[in-house]
Amino acid sequence: MERTGALFGQFRDLEQQRETASLGMWVFLLTELMFFGGMFLVYTIYRMKYPLAFAEGSRELDVVKGGWNTAILIGSSFTMALAVRAAQMKKRRLLCIFLASTMILGGAFLGVKYLEYMQKFEHHLVPGPNFHMNVADAAQVQIFFSLYFAMTGMHALHMIIGEVMLLLLLIYSWKGKYTGGYFAPIENGGLYWHFVDIVWIFLFPLLYLVDLHR
Amino acid sequence: MSESKEHVIPFRTYALIFAALLALTFITYRVALVDLGKWNIVVAIVIACTKAVLVVLFFMHAAYAPRRTRLVILAGIFWMLLLLGLTLTDYTTRPPATYGTTPGSAFNGS
Repeated sequence: MERTGALFGQFRDLEQQRETASLGMWVFLLTELMFFGGMFLVYTIYRMKYPLAFAEGSRELDVVKGGWNTAILIGSSFTMALAVRAAQMKKRRLLCIFLASTMILGGAFLGVKYLEYMQKFEHHLVPGPNFHMNVADAAQVQIFFSLYFAMTGMHALHMIIGEVMLLLLLIYSWKGKYTGGYFAPIENGGLYWHFVDIVWIFLFPLLYLVDLHR
Repeated sequence: MSESKEHVIPFRTYALIFAALLALTFITYRVALVDLGKWNIVVAIVIACTKAVLVVLFFMHAAYAPRRTRLVILAGIFWMLLLLGLTLTDYTTRPPATYGTTPGSAFNGS
């Protein structure tokens, strides 16, 4: 299997190579969809069972921080999409700038998330022996917070993995590896980053906005 | 070389999608402040799905992807709807004695 320029030997042409790479990435993302889907399913069942406890738990979350984090993450998806575009146009400096911007925005999201988690520890809202809330159904509210930490925690873990991925992509991009016509890693990295964004798009209303009007 | 078939989406399109996503985020927050009864959750899910579709179609290039890729994406979404749908048909049709609003009535593994 010899490589001629951007084309690896096992492919007929660049188009087939690109389609194969992105199809493979999509299949991986669909397994991720099933992984998060299971948690969304558990969330749905318990929310149907304990609607009031979920509302009480949700009101303890910081909507302002959650809202800003949503905006920050959407912004990072925007810069990531522009990074892929820069790779398509073979603009090395622009590609590096957008990858770095995505990393900074992702880091900002994780920073805000850290502050939120600290708040939960201080307010005794972390499930376990130290959980304390002055409501009759505190045990059920713990279920909400267990799901909150499981889902946002898994999401944050995906973000951390994404940050490491972006750092590697940035180093290779700086060396000019992805601006010679071959940029499948940038495109697939983008698909991953957007997927993580989509998970948050669903987490924000489901965790932060339950019965907010009451 | 088939490089010419490459589709570079104009910056304007990306910027418009970005603006739409931010606007929808703001809308979903404002709507949550209004009491719509059972419709609050419906509106929230519809807005979230709209945002997800915009990201998939434009940021993830599904709108420009070959049919094969799009079919795989749809199959995956269908599979997750099976997971959610079939499980919920069970939980929502059980009598209240085994699954309902009484705390601790279900999940005891009788």
